[in-house]
Amino acid sequence: MTATQPAAGRTPVRRLAGLLHRRRRLRLSLLLTAPLLWLAVLYLGSLAVLFVSAFWTTNSFTSEVVKVWSTDNFHALLTTPVFRQVILRSIGVALAVTVLCAVIAFPLAFCTARVARPRWRPLLVVAILTPLWASYLVKVYAWRLILSQGGLADWMLKPFGLSGPGFGLPAAVITLTYLWLPYMILPIHTALEQLPANLLDASADLGARPGRTFRSVVLPMVLPSVAAGSVFTFSLSLGDYITVQIVGGKTQLIGNLVYSNIELNLPMAAALGTVPVVVIVLYLLAMRRTGALSSL
Amino acid sequence: MRLTRTLQAAAAVAVLLAATACGSSDSGGPSASTGLNPPDLKAQSKLGKTEGQVNLIAWAGYVEDGSNDPKVDWVSDFEKQTGCQVRSKVAASSDEMVKLMKTGEYDAVSASGDASLRLIASGDAAPVNTDLVPNYKDVFGDLKLQAWNSVKGKAYGIPHGRGANLLMYNTQKVKPAPTSWSAVFDDAAKYKGHVTAYDSPIYIADAALYLKATKPELKIKDPYALDQKQFDAAVALVKKQNPNVGEYWGDYLKEVSAFKSGDSVVGTTWQVIANLAESEGAKVKAFVPKEGSTGWSDTWMVSAKSKHPNCAYKWLDWVISPKVNAQIGEYFGEAPANSKACAETSDKNFCTTFHAGDTAYWKNIAFWNTPIEQCIDGRTDVKCVPYAKWVQAWTEIKG
Repeated sequence: MTATQPAAGRTPVRRLAGLLHRRRRLRLSLLLTAPLLWLAVLYLGSLAVLFVSAFWTTNSFTSEVVKVWSTDNFHALLTTPVFRQVILRSIGVALAVTVLCAVIAFPLAFCTARVARPRWRPLLVVAILTPLWASYLVKVYAWRLILSQGGLADWMLKPFGLSGPGFGLPAAVITLTYLWLPYMILPIHTALEQLPANLLDASADLGARPGRTFRSVVLPMVLPSVAAGSVFTFSLSLGDYITVQIVGGKTQLIGNLVYSNIELNLPMAAALGTVPVVVIVLYLLAMRRTGALSSL
Repeated sequence: MRLTRTLQAAAAVAVLLAATACGSSDSGGPSASTGLNPPDLKAQSKLGKTEGQVNLIAWAGYVEDGSNDPKVDWVSDFEKQTGCQVRSKVAASSDEMVKLMKTGEYDAVSASGDASLRLIASGDAAPVNTDLVPNYKDVFGDLKLQAWNSVKGKAYGIPHGRGANLLMYNTQKVKPAPTSWSAVFDDAAKYKGHVTAYDSPIYIADAALYLKATKPELKIKDPYALDQKQFDAAVALVKKQNPNVGEYWGDYLKEVSAFKSGDSVVGTTWQVIANLAESEGAKVKAFVPKEGSTGWSDTWMVSAKSKHPNCAYKWLDWVISPKVNAQIGEYFGEAPANSKACAETSDKNFCTTFHAGDTAYWKNIAFWNTPIEQCIDGRTDVKCVPYAKWVQAWTEIKG
């Protein structure tokens, strides 16, 4: 055994391993080159191209991109009423979806994390995740059927003398809420699961009623997770344009404007595309202050 | 520390926005090319050896090799006969077709009238020598050398098929039966929330066509040649229609489902959608209203940068050969361009249903064309509104 050891040290693989072990910097750079290249070139690079092309213009007839520097697109973005309206509507939809998701997810996560018996909990988490296994389009088209005239929504509301929302903005908000709900439940579930039971006991011992315990103990500890979940629901809703096409009736969101401009006026589409990027960066900065990003 | 960085970022964004808001409109860009003065390109004078390959851009259903449905295949025989391997790319819109043609990687395209003039003007499409397409002689006369497939008597493509944008309504919910486009414009409020329209800027022409009949004082001659005043009137009409619209349709399956469920009860449609909805049990009827209608007529064009022009010409001839033209017409749901195709359809009434040879029927149809600054109805004293402005207006109409 001892005789073979030095011999093994001379094989190329061993030598390489030794080299990498001794030179930490070499090891690190080899490990990081590929992912960093991906991040810098493909990810940040394409964002940079997007931003730069937003300053170009197009030939009005052939719609060819003319590479002449101009800020007209951003000017149009800020001064055209329809763009402002659509941008505000998109942000409103993203906020509404986020709030709805949080309101629905909290009791659900409380159920799966604290009320249900421990051996049921993993199964419940799986049940929450199952919608993510189905295709996005299938789910949205299912909602189209549910919300259509005489569909499930109409049928269920009929005994109360009501009718479903039909296709439109509310339908889009409902469908997006359904789509992104698991992304909100999971972080809240994790936070509630990790909540030490003795804190709740201590709160009760000190005479706090359940409501007070919830407000003063549970909520402050879980809030960063809600914020973390909201990053998903907010950004996913802000970028979506397919759901609104299928169930949104005639509603337009930023994504639809990008889509309708991409063929004829690429620079305008790029300018529109920077809006969600800026909004989400601002949102992330705001969320970072809550400590949400460290609990992702 | 954190707060200051956030503030810094916000300040940076604010400065950027302020800079863009102030420093605008000083750069007019290079002068936009106006009017239709296509580059002087020469059509091929004779056919050479085929190149073994051809790259096509087409509407869904135009180039079928059996991969979607084994029974629907007119590409395999073409490949066998000519030795040209077909590679096709399905485009979802006219705008996408224009964009793909600019890459120069494709040899031929099935362009609709709202794309063809753009391709001609930018020099992306070459003139076509119709003598090299033997089947061209059997094409219906009223499809040859039209405004959307020729310039100054020079053919730029081979007519492929045509269809009208019809008015479809739910026979149970829309009473009395409409006879005019007013059902979706002036009287649309009756069916508030259940009116539908085609989701494309070219739909503004439908409003212009209606105004042409109802507002003679606007003097609209051609719904694709609108001066600013006429255009504003058409846009105002579509804006007035918008509150009554339930949804705009882009893909035809969406419209079939909306008419089946009753979410849409009246609106524009294509013959193929009406047939499909009816076969699936919807109580609908589609017809050309008394004002006439808009429609499309597709043209196979050859790229000016084609690397396989001989195969492209072979394809042009193949696609309008009676049998293939009939197959495509029946599969896609449009009137074939070749007069002899009517004898080859599997449904013997097909050409009657789709009015293939009915010259009087097509007289009432204003085929899609590309609006350009130079009015295509011949007026020279005014400038017409170009398509780019139509696109902007469409975004504003939808709000």
